[in-house]
Amino acid sequence: MSTQSETSTQTDTEPFEESVLPEGWELVVGLEVHAELATETKMFSPAKNEFGGEPNTNIHPVCLGLPGTLPVVNKKAVELSIRVGLALGCTIQRCIWARKNYFYPDMPKDYQISQYDQPLNVDGRLDLPSGSSVGIERAHMEEDTGKSTHIGTSGRIHDAGYSLVDYNRAGVPLIEIVSRPDIRGPEQAKEYVDELRSILVTIGASDGKMEEGSLRVDANVSVRPVGSDELRTRCEVKNVNSLRSLGRAITYEAQRHVDLYNAGDSPRLETRHWDEEDGRTRSGRSKEDAEDYRYFADPDLVPIEPSKEWIDEIRAALPALPRDRRNALLARNADPHAAAMAVARDLDRLALDAIDAGADVDSVLKHVANNLAVDGAETLDPAAFAELVKMETGGALTATQAKQVLAEMVEKGGEPARIAQSHGFEAMDTGELESLVDQVIADNPEEWERFVGGDDKARQKMQGFFTGQIMKATKGQADGKIVNQLLMAKAKS
Amino acid sequence: MASREPLTRQDVTDVAELALLNLSDDDLDRYTGQLDAVFDLASKLDQFDVSEVPPTSHPFGLVNVFRADSPPSSVGIDGTDDNVRQEALASGPDVEDNQFKVPPALGESP
Repeated sequence: MSTQSETSTQTDTEPFEESVLPEGWELVVGLEVHAELATETKMFSPAKNEFGGEPNTNIHPVCLGLPGTLPVVNKKAVELSIRVGLALGCTIQRCIWARKNYFYPDMPKDYQISQYDQPLNVDGRLDLPSGSSVGIERAHMEEDTGKSTHIGTSGRIHDAGYSLVDYNRAGVPLIEIVSRPDIRGPEQAKEYVDELRSILVTIGASDGKMEEGSLRVDANVSVRPVGSDELRTRCEVKNVNSLRSLGRAITYEAQRHVDLYNAGDSPRLETRHWDEEDGRTRSGRSKEDAEDYRYFADPDLVPIEPSKEWIDEIRAALPALPRDRRNALLARNADPHAAAMAVARDLDRLALDAIDAGADVDSVLKHVANNLAVDGAETLDPAAFAELVKMETGGALTATQAKQVLAEMVEKGGEPARIAQSHGFEAMDTGELESLVDQVIADNPEEWERFVGGDDKARQKMQGFFTGQIMKATKGQADGKIVNQLLMAKAKS
Repeated sequence: MASREPLTRQDVTDVAELALLNLSDDDLDRYTGQLDAVFDLASKLDQFDVSEVPPTSHPFGLVNVFRADSPPSSVGIDGTDDNVRQEALASGPDVEDNQFKVPPALGESP
């Protein structure tokens, strides 16, 4: 069965974004995501691309910027970048390298090789699970910088006595994915990064680890009055190290803009740094002053002209994207959130096979969401999993028993029926259960009164009480659903 | 010939600042004049109609020069892989904990 699908089966859902700004204001956010590409070697030199090595061990004259060295492009890095472009529906085009000139010790040759007016990938789109869509302006290649550590008496940057530089990261291949300013809130921003990360990992372009810095996000934030389509002065917020920080930083920065406008003032174009501890952004350098990088075409590096054959070959080898994988589950009437969860857990193949073997969609995805967040879940035999779900939905196993059997199946393998038998799990006879329910009611007349005559809240509380008593009496073998049905029937009679 | 805005002393001051060059007043006057003459010479090209010519970034027709992604290696300045780190660190002005020690770099790189 094919899971490839060009069109999204999702339609616009209700506006999912909570409003984080005062009435009348709208957030406008564009994101720049830098992802380190999963190559063996660096962008322009044969030094190793590796996180966490001893300082200055993965280096080479090219990444040290020594005179007389010649950078040569890593073909794999270009291939991975084309994969990203294709996954984001971009146009892949002829491109050139540009030098971005600035002085900073983490770039020893005093320029970063990047792409400027002729990038590899342009004009794409990312469809989010909740139904919205974010435009992709470009996804270009560049090299990473080295890492500076600031050493000062108080440990704060502005007190730095000196800096130490490690060039292991200098020259690591990056792709920078620039969105259009289509994002309208912190939740959508987080969803965008989450989906993008999932795509990058799925297609093998990057390991997407924010905590190791292989995925980094800068947010361009501005606000405007609702109903306007202007783009006001933006601030670029850096130093955002997790999805949670991203949401907080955007909310803080947008509110700061609203406050400035309300006070008759306005923000200025600048870079700001997110301070996680204080929960605020701080002014960095002013963009008007510093942002003249004097870009020009790098004479050492010739243009890249990906042939149609090469692009087609890369396209044909792309695995199914997260969106297509969710759609395969949605086509089987899965709940959208449950489908997204299954794909995020990488258990959608298992779920699909179990569903196609006749197991109930909701029950399968309930187990994927609640009981299969464990090592080895991916080795589960889909047919046996389907069998277990059928036993449960057929009433042969209670939810608690099914969970226990499933855990053992993941751990040791085996047939669900045999495992259930070895535990002595047999669904209770309904007649036997009913007399037990009668007994529990008779033993607790006051509680029963409150269940029958109380308001919704009291009834809910008492329902919990009776279910608990009955489960205790049956040592968990009763089916909770049937117990509830019996209680309701008896309350009405 | 298309007219060109003359280069100003401020233009040269701005570019010198970006290049971290300290130029004296005399230098600025002299370079403004000299650079303006260079621009004059270059602007003679404006007399040609190039509307049909695609922009050229490189003078030769070479494209797609690649290397394979393996195997990783660290090669020293002398072309061998013997003790690359020590060789590299030795060429820096100051070293601490196997890293290059530099004057305080404030904030993140631009």
